[in-house]
Amino acid sequence: MTHEAVLPGRPNGGFQALRMDGVSRRFGSTTALDRLDLTIEGGEFLALLGPSGCGKSTALNCLAGLLPLTGGSIWLDDERIDGLPPEKRGFGMVFQNYALFPHLTVRKNVGFGLAIRGVPKPEMTQRVDEALALVELADQAHKLPGQLSGGQQQRVAIARAVVIRPRLVLMDEPLSNLDAKLRLQMRTEIRRLHQSLGLTTVYVTHDQEEALALADRIVVLRGGLVEQIGTPEQVYTYPLNTYVAGFMGYRNLLELPVAAHEGDEVVLAEPGLRLTGRAQERFTGTSAVAAIRPDDFTVGPRQSNTVRVSVEVAEFHGREMAVEGITESGRVIHFRVSDRVRPGEKVELGVPPDRVLVFGSGVPDGLT
Amino acid sequence: MATAQPATLVLRHRLAERGIDRVLLLLIPAVLVLLALFLYPMLYGVGLSLQPRAGGGMLANYQAFFLDSYQSGTIWKTMRLALPAALINVGAAVPIAYRLRGRFRGRRLLTAILVLPVTLGTVLVADGLLRYLGPKGWFNRVLLDLGIVDEPVRLIYNYWGVLFSLLITGFPFAFLLVLSYMSGIDPTLERAAATLGAGPWQRVRHITLPLLAPGLATTFILAFVLAFSVFPSANLVGEPANETRVMAIAAYQAAFEKYDYSMAATIAVLMGVFELLVIALVLLWRGRFYTGTTGGKGS
Repeated sequence: MTHEAVLPGRPNGGFQALRMDGVSRRFGSTTALDRLDLTIEGGEFLALLGPSGCGKSTALNCLAGLLPLTGGSIWLDDERIDGLPPEKRGFGMVFQNYALFPHLTVRKNVGFGLAIRGVPKPEMTQRVDEALALVELADQAHKLPGQLSGGQQQRVAIARAVVIRPRLVLMDEPLSNLDAKLRLQMRTEIRRLHQSLGLTTVYVTHDQEEALALADRIVVLRGGLVEQIGTPEQVYTYPLNTYVAGFMGYRNLLELPVAAHEGDEVVLAEPGLRLTGRAQERFTGTSAVAAIRPDDFTVGPRQSNTVRVSVEVAEFHGREMAVEGITESGRVIHFRVSDRVRPGEKVELGVPPDRVLVFGSGVPDGLT
Repeated sequence: MATAQPATLVLRHRLAERGIDRVLLLLIPAVLVLLALFLYPMLYGVGLSLQPRAGGGMLANYQAFFLDSYQSGTIWKTMRLALPAALINVGAAVPIAYRLRGRFRGRRLLTAILVLPVTLGTVLVADGLLRYLGPKGWFNRVLLDLGIVDEPVRLIYNYWGVLFSLLITGFPFAFLLVLSYMSGIDPTLERAAATLGAGPWQRVRHITLPLLAPGLATTFILAFVLAFSVFPSANLVGEPANETRVMAIAAYQAAFEKYDYSMAATIAVLMGVFELLVIALVLLWRGRFYTGTTGGKGS
């Protein structure tokens, strides 16, 4: 064990790449994870994103060694690790419910991994102190986990996972048990820690905002299959299909008749609305799905794109209003406006054509 | 100015703040039963023990008990049965409960099978033991046929017969209690310990056992108390005249063979005292452990 300290600017000396090669996991007849191929580069922050049951937690548990694979292999550079038990992998993990040892003080919780490794006492004390200072809990060291708030417990869990200088940190929805304000605060904290320690991190979440804010790369999963892998910008701006679009905040997924289709320019129209958009995939057929974010709408028609709605519900969100309107043909449109609108008011909306993403496939279930 | 409230109303609110209200009346039946069926007989027994039949002062019976080695020897004979029985029952329950914790198919069936010996009662178990472990029973026949022993091993009408009987009737009870304590420990804790580098044995030693210890202490106390008052099996499969003459037998003999109720009460009181002594020691040991929440859902 080297005497390198947990200090800001520590270069990642763990590995070049972690490769999941056709990793599958079945539970009885259901396939939780279906031949997942994924390469995680050293120092990267990767988010696995998807709704519950998409296989993201399964993937994480397979990585941690807490769940045996039913197919495929996991490689750390040239070493095959999927046969190793969790205690031999040297990965740190942060659990959704923190899983702090209730009978041990904060100091002993954080020092647990070091004590197991037989790190000498002076070095252990020093490293635990550093880790506690890192998460700003130095003054809570003597307390039991039950005496801490949720946010503090979360920070202990993170300190406990990083103090062993893991080659890889796995985080399983670490923020989902916190209230909204604390969640934002901890999110920044996690990103800051990642930047200062340079630890390779795999982060599981169902919250796209969290994934976008934290990750260098996002993997969107559905039903055990990868839907899209890309940087937050790529996934956010150019989702590959309606499923990813729906997950990335494209609340308006409108299945509309095609009026014209030339190159990648598609015109969709029905009474009360006319939209010119960009085809995101090749398709033929008389109807297509337009994916539009609520905040891409502007008041007033724009470059021949018009949607006339009558306001149904308007929520005040501070700087702007989140509005649900309904078109002549009964289609629900979500949009945001900065002016105050009232239910029953008629509004004419426009949207730039390059922010109307047109997909040939249908709207997936559960996302409308 | 606040409107003046009737004094009784003010008083009632004050009392309610301290938890005194009419709902307390619900306790009356339980208190009555406790007084009539437990507290009074117990105090009566203590009083009886202080009135020796032969006179000689209040503590004469106690003196006589400790001076007569035939009587005081029963303390050791009872401890010698109850302590190992409770220890073995709790000790054997731990690894099995560890393996069977959480939900699994057939848990109900297993529970039912385990509860069975408790409901059968000690007499039936003793009867079975006499046949099975006797000189002509299966157990000895198998040993003889395999040539492991030359003559039948004596396992009944002595210490071993009683111990086996206590193990059979006491184990299910200990197991079910330990299983429920075990299920109360969040399994994620061990997973967390594993990711921190702890191997299977280290996880048990540093996480599961410390969290389980208070429950084990409680289970041990209950198993011990159950075994300490052993009476039927000590008579039926033991050697009640000598090796398994436990305190309960001594009390029975005093009461119904010598008709010395005062002495019988003395022995009964002493049984309680020695049980409380062991319980106090165990609770002292238990106090060294963390006894708060263990994160699981219980069962």
